[in-house]
Amino acid sequence: MSVPHALLGLLRQQPRHGYDLKRLVDRYFAPDHPVAFAQVYATLSRLEGKGRVRMEAVEQAEGPERRRYAITPDGIDELDRWLVQPLDPEPHLQAALFTKVVLVILAGRDVTPIVDAERHAHLERMRELTAVRRTAAMPIALLADYALFHLEADLRWLDLTVARVDELRRTVLAPLETA
Amino acid sequence: MTTLAVLPTPSIPAIGAPDGRPILAASDLHKRFGTTEALRGIDFAIARGEIVAVMGASGSGKSTLLHCLAGILRPDHGTVTFDGGRIDNLDEGRRSRLRRSAFGFVFQFGQLVPELSALENVSLPLLLDGVRRGDAEDRAAAWFPRLGLDGLEGRRPGDMSGGQAQRVAVARALVTDPAVIFADEPTGSLDSLAGEQVMELLTGAASDAGVSVVIVTHEPRVAAYAHREVVVRDGRASGPGAA
Repeated sequence: MSVPHALLGLLRQQPRHGYDLKRLVDRYFAPDHPVAFAQVYATLSRLEGKGRVRMEAVEQAEGPERRRYAITPDGIDELDRWLVQPLDPEPHLQAALFTKVVLVILAGRDVTPIVDAERHAHLERMRELTAVRRTAAMPIALLADYALFHLEADLRWLDLTVARVDELRRTVLAPLETA
Repeated sequence: MTTLAVLPTPSIPAIGAPDGRPILAASDLHKRFGTTEALRGIDFAIARGEIVAVMGASGSGKSTLLHCLAGILRPDHGTVTFDGGRIDNLDEGRRSRLRRSAFGFVFQFGQLVPELSALENVSLPLLLDGVRRGDAEDRAAAWFPRLGLDGLEGRRPGDMSGGQAQRVAVARALVTDPAVIFADEPTGSLDSLAGEQVMELLTGAASDAGVSVVIVTHEPRVAAYAHREVVVRDGRASGPGAA
């Protein structure tokens, strides 16, 4: 997650205190890995240093002092730039699976049980996510959908790999100079 | 942003847990079409209330397995037992009666009678089984609100969306209180949202009623509604879910 952009997006709605920002980041973007207060305040400090947010007020009621932050015009520009710029695709898991398949072929082993085990593990996780989606609030349900579609993409790639495994084996096992 | 998020594991089960007793089982099934061997000694079992996804590539034999389990096809070799009794050796008439009374079916498309209203379509299996029209329509009508179909009773299939028509098909599969529902690519012609609604309603209603469901699908998100998956490859069962 890009914490700076999450904070800018929340501040674009309205000025907020650091505590509220942390709570909202957890709720919308990081239900599984809540961000630390320190990370939120450190990020706000860096954004302030770059002129993208400004401290609007320091309030002190009964507890510790509360700083209220607001987004600046530079912050709005940065947020808008980030929103329209495509993200780098993140093929981490697929790359790991690909490495595993190639290593299995190099070892002269049958790919099928490896692929079946990966499929089973993926489907187990997809069952959990499907249950999460059934009962969760909409932002979490959408996050579950996001993960489900990514896992499904991995499985489709696995099925294609199984279908082409003979071709893949010939390519992987060919001498290096002809590969 | 979180991608493959490690979201918390839910504290409630996705669907009702099966009770473990087999309602339908197949042993060493073989089926050949001409020179093509579609099934090569496949075993299968499903418990009461269990939902099993049958996955596999096109031509793997998964639909042939479903047809043999449902008594639509007779295997060349092997046995199919339902509720403790063999059904693979029944004649076509008895298998047909069994399909009407004990099984429900949901296919990808083309399963509703276009000239009949949604209510008449759902009533049809009951009418074929000899239930009086008034009783059949009362029982059929009870399924409409449960499947989000309120107000669509008089509509014909051609005047409904794909998702609505598929939910009518789900109602028709459930109206006879079957023991097993067979669903062959039930969301294959639907967009993601409509497919999700159909799967939620199909598995939810089946689970509430204790009905077992065999879902043939190549879509992992559909298979994720099942308790486990069986992968069919070259006419044989494969993978950890087949155990």
